[in-house]
Amino acid sequence: MDQQPAVRSTWKRPPLLLTNTLWRRLIYTGALVYLVLAVQTVEVDWQRVYLGLERGWRFVEGFLVPDFTTRWRDIHEGLIESLTITLTSTVAGILISVPIGIGAARNLAPAPIYLACRGIITLSRSFQEIIIAILLVAMFGFGPFAGFLTLAFATIGFLSKLLAEEIESCDRSQIEAIRATGASWWQVVNYSVQPQVMPRLVGLSLYRLDINFRESAVIGIVGAGGIGATLNTAIDRYEYDSAGAILILIIAIVLVVEYSSSYIRRWVQ
Amino acid sequence: MTSSSSPVWQHRTRKQTLLRWLGWFWLVALTVFCWQLMNENTIWAFVSDAPAQAADIGSRMFPPAWSYVGELWQPLWDTINIATLGTLLGIMIAVPVAFLAASNTTPSVRFVRPLALLIIVASRSINALIWALLLVAIIGPGLLAGIIAIGLRSIGFVAKLLYEAIEEIDVTQVEAVRATGASGAQVVDYAIVPQILPAFWGISVFRWDINIRESTILGLVGAGGLGIQLNASLATLAWNQVATIFLLILGTVVISEWVSARVRQAVL
Repeated sequence: MDQQPAVRSTWKRPPLLLTNTLWRRLIYTGALVYLVLAVQTVEVDWQRVYLGLERGWRFVEGFLVPDFTTRWRDIHEGLIESLTITLTSTVAGILISVPIGIGAARNLAPAPIYLACRGIITLSRSFQEIIIAILLVAMFGFGPFAGFLTLAFATIGFLSKLLAEEIESCDRSQIEAIRATGASWWQVVNYSVQPQVMPRLVGLSLYRLDINFRESAVIGIVGAGGIGATLNTAIDRYEYDSAGAILILIIAIVLVVEYSSSYIRRWVQ
Repeated sequence: MTSSSSPVWQHRTRKQTLLRWLGWFWLVALTVFCWQLMNENTIWAFVSDAPAQAADIGSRMFPPAWSYVGELWQPLWDTINIATLGTLLGIMIAVPVAFLAASNTTPSVRFVRPLALLIIVASRSINALIWALLLVAIIGPGLLAGIIAIGLRSIGFVAKLLYEAIEEIDVTQVEAVRATGASGAQVVDYAIVPQILPAFWGISVFRWDINIRESTILGLVGAGGLGIQLNASLATLAWNQVATIFLLILGTVVISEWVSARVRQAVL
């Protein structure tokens, strides 16, 4: 297109990532091949989808004109279960994860305790909440108690890991200063580490409260109590207006929790 | 524990201390109340029986049914495809939403931004499993429902982190490009995109990693992948097959986490 012979007056932007040409081409081709293969595995029954569209439209209608009243008793019960599970599991999770978090911080704990605590964290983080819920429901029976245990267990992995990282990145000089006064291990934790990590711990706990509520809406699907069971029933009965009402309630509660937790976080810091 | 009579140093005033105690008191009271309410219908006999149940299930799980792995490769491939294609779908919708939600690129702070934020919140508050539950009812069971469910759930996550990245960009670069007479699209292309690209790849790969975990269980509600096998094995109480599936999921999760950590290390 351009015919400047001597000096190239056009400039082509060099690639931003993957600057090596060979690697770039290899990765692009690989991605393309994978994409073609992956899309082929998706079998879509278009007739079923077409039939479903009408149902989908009914769901949208149900979402826009939700029905809170017909199933209010079930919804109420589910919500209470979800909210109580959320609070108790978060509190229990925090109580257990603080010692584990301290144990998993390399600058505070001796090697064997460090390894044991890291092991607990890895175990808790590697499985989905739903899978833990399935196992715990099988052991403890249906109901919110299994849900409480599931979320408390999941909270441990999340909170301890982040708390341990926070403790490890603490300002060393403050720890040394307290230690220089002849403080014992407990006093070091209490007077130099705790003040440094407390705001972050409060923030993380509130964030986890938020996550636990969202999860409590799901674990009911496998029988661990909460609003998820109600939602599952509503969808199974094709009562999309009740399902819409439940979803709206979930979104509203998440919004309230999120806003109030950001408010509390600002107040704490 | 000082016993001297001279004034003792105190961290907080009396009122602050009192308020703190009150706050803690209410928290404890509320927790106890919730605990009572939650366990109204709990059958404690089942709970005390749990260790025996756990031992029973554990003994049935061991040894895992290794021969069953042969039937699991196809569902595993499906699971990975659900996660990858779902992530792609989510990213494709999330990118425009993120640009509409970021206060420095949105066309209208008053009308468009709240709408974009609402999309983000709605997507974030509803778990992929719930989306899958709905979509299976609407478009029928299968991979497509899983892909769309993962996609819808990913929108909020990717868009939220991306719009925060867009809001944090260096304005001087934008001004410099604009000063050359660049159009709006050119400003986005040459000043904003290069700045957020590493964050974008980091976020996408991170979400892909999360999606691998989530897609392993979507089959529980019929949306394809390993979860279908899991559901079938659970229904027949074939705990040794369940153990095999768990180990396979664990392996996949570990590998995907390693991949995502490597990619993030490379781009960030």
